[in-house]
Amino acid sequence: MANKSQPDRDGRFGEYGGRFVPETVVFALEELTRAYKVARGEKEFKKRFSDLLRDYVGRPSPLYFAQRFSDKVGADVYLKREDLNHTGAHKINNCLGQALLAMRMGKKRIIAETGAGQHGLATATVCALFGLECVIYMGAKDVQRQAPNVRKIEFLGAKVVPVTSGAQTLKDATNEAMRDWVTNIETTFYIIGSAVGPHPYPMMVRDFQSIIGKEARRQALGRLGTLPDYVVACVGGGSNAIGIMNAFLRDTKVELIGVEAGGYGLSSGMHSASLTKGRPGVLHGSYSYLLFDNEGQVILPHSISAGLDYPGVGPEHSHLRDTGRVVYRSVTDKQALTAFKALSLCEGIIPALESSHALAYLMVGKEFKSRDKNKAGKKRPSVILCLSGRGDKDMDIVEDAQGKV
Amino acid sequence: MTISIAHKFKLLKTSGRKALIPFFTAGYPSLAETEKLALTAVSAGADVLEIGMPFSDPLADGPAIQVSSFEALKSGLKMKDTFSLVERIAGKTGTPIALMGYYNPILAQGISKFVRSAKSAGVSGLIIPDLPPEEAGELRDIARDAQMGLSFLVAPTTGEKRYATIAKASSAFVYAVTVAGVTGARTTFATRTDDYLRSVRKAISKPLVAGFGISDGVTAKKMALRVDGVVVGSAFIDLMRKNTRATARARVGALVEEIRKSIDSLDSGRNS
Repeated sequence: MANKSQPDRDGRFGEYGGRFVPETVVFALEELTRAYKVARGEKEFKKRFSDLLRDYVGRPSPLYFAQRFSDKVGADVYLKREDLNHTGAHKINNCLGQALLAMRMGKKRIIAETGAGQHGLATATVCALFGLECVIYMGAKDVQRQAPNVRKIEFLGAKVVPVTSGAQTLKDATNEAMRDWVTNIETTFYIIGSAVGPHPYPMMVRDFQSIIGKEARRQALGRLGTLPDYVVACVGGGSNAIGIMNAFLRDTKVELIGVEAGGYGLSSGMHSASLTKGRPGVLHGSYSYLLFDNEGQVILPHSISAGLDYPGVGPEHSHLRDTGRVVYRSVTDKQALTAFKALSLCEGIIPALESSHALAYLMVGKEFKSRDKNKAGKKRPSVILCLSGRGDKDMDIVEDAQGKV
Repeated sequence: MTISIAHKFKLLKTSGRKALIPFFTAGYPSLAETEKLALTAVSAGADVLEIGMPFSDPLADGPAIQVSSFEALKSGLKMKDTFSLVERIAGKTGTPIALMGYYNPILAQGISKFVRSAKSAGVSGLIIPDLPPEEAGELRDIARDAQMGLSFLVAPTTGEKRYATIAKASSAFVYAVTVAGVTGARTTFATRTDDYLRSVRKAISKPLVAGFGISDGVTAKKMALRVDGVVVGSAFIDLMRKNTRATARARVGALVEEIRKSIDSLDSGRNS
């Protein structure tokens, strides 16, 4: 499981990944791959990135032992607090890395897609920091359901373009960002927000996010004196998951669990569980698990969490699924809502609805469910859970959903 | 019997004509109407037809083709409907037909099965805008065995080193995207478009067509000067969106005639 060798020169993780893009974009991906290879080997670039992560983002993020939540689920739960990062989620790690790269490449205009608005917010933030022009594509439906983030993005000087095609969510925002990129390719840098898209994005996003796992592994060794039994993270495109799991891939005793959005349930057809229910296909530049019908048309996904409401997934996750190194499960909207409430009440931490999916799995997953809870003499399993973001942005959705129940 | 696209280009070259290739989205505004539009275009002077297979996420396309794809899918169009449409048009006109479509629906069918069905429907070429030659290994093998033509794209951003790769992979014609951008009618092009088309022409001896943004006789003539043919698509869809079906058909016919006249007025010696 030597991750360093992944992806190969063609951007493949096993058979997944690659570059399925319009010809206009090929040169930009080649240019980006070259620039990134040089930058990541440079002391100066690495120092600038890690200085900003420390002083601007507030890293390292704490590893917090959630005592009362642990008692509730019957496992020792350590939360990797990405919610405490500047802008409230893990997204900023990647945005800083890519923005530094954009500036090295002389690109002054930045575009991005966003679902929950966290990636849009993080992108707008780094653009304000570096004085770059910023345009954020966001599905019109998400503009509505994530209104607090839209206001912040605009306040930071970025332009939000509501996308009205298709389902008006993340998939469509990504289509529109790609169209912008094709049109303004020479001046514009596209900061993709998850470990998806054509090569080198899945690799680059993973690398910028892998600080999460590096810290968590070190913190675990320091605090527990050993590695955890489980590492759990939610998976939409999969950037926080690959970010935390990357450091543990070779620790074969650590079980890695990715939690997808089960929406109204896997049999309802209304979910975003591409690894659980999808098949390999091509969307947004890479070959990976995808939700599509018999005609090859992409199925509109559903999740209560805008950040997980995506029909595809990063190609490295597809590879990790097939090799069995990571197991992928799903929880429903309802279960995620229960976990959202539980963590808020047990710990005083309001989690993002995305992260609530990972939390919910600790409450319902078979690895945790059947255990005699808190029985004396029984050793509880230890879990590091990536708390990828905070949930202020989700208050409206949660209140709305509770009203309907 | 329909002739191959490659053969059609040979015939055109002999007669000193440029190819006129109208594009229609299968199933827009309806399947029956697409057939009528295609027949109208052929009688107005089309040499090859490009038929679009709708996809849910057409990320290389501008608003016109996006809308046509969504509408066609909404009406319940299936791939087999596109194939039977092609079969009817090919049977009635003998005009070579290229299918344009994104990669996922092709993968979903299975590449071999797709190419077989396309071939038996009378398709003579494939254009897949999200499949660069580097990712097309399997398709190229299958297409070669089935004698199905393939067209890959060059763009203004393509490095000159890639021209040879793209030309080698293309067995029907090479499709030169005129602008860095999505499909859609335009009235002006950067002056460097001309330089770009010249350099592509110089490097590529296979049949070369230009597309993206060509909307009338004037733009078609400008592009056709440098290449062997032009593709016109969004301009037709814009006409369909603005007019009743009968009116749209008449205007599409008139526009094809206008472009035909315009590119036929080029002195065929000028581009060699």
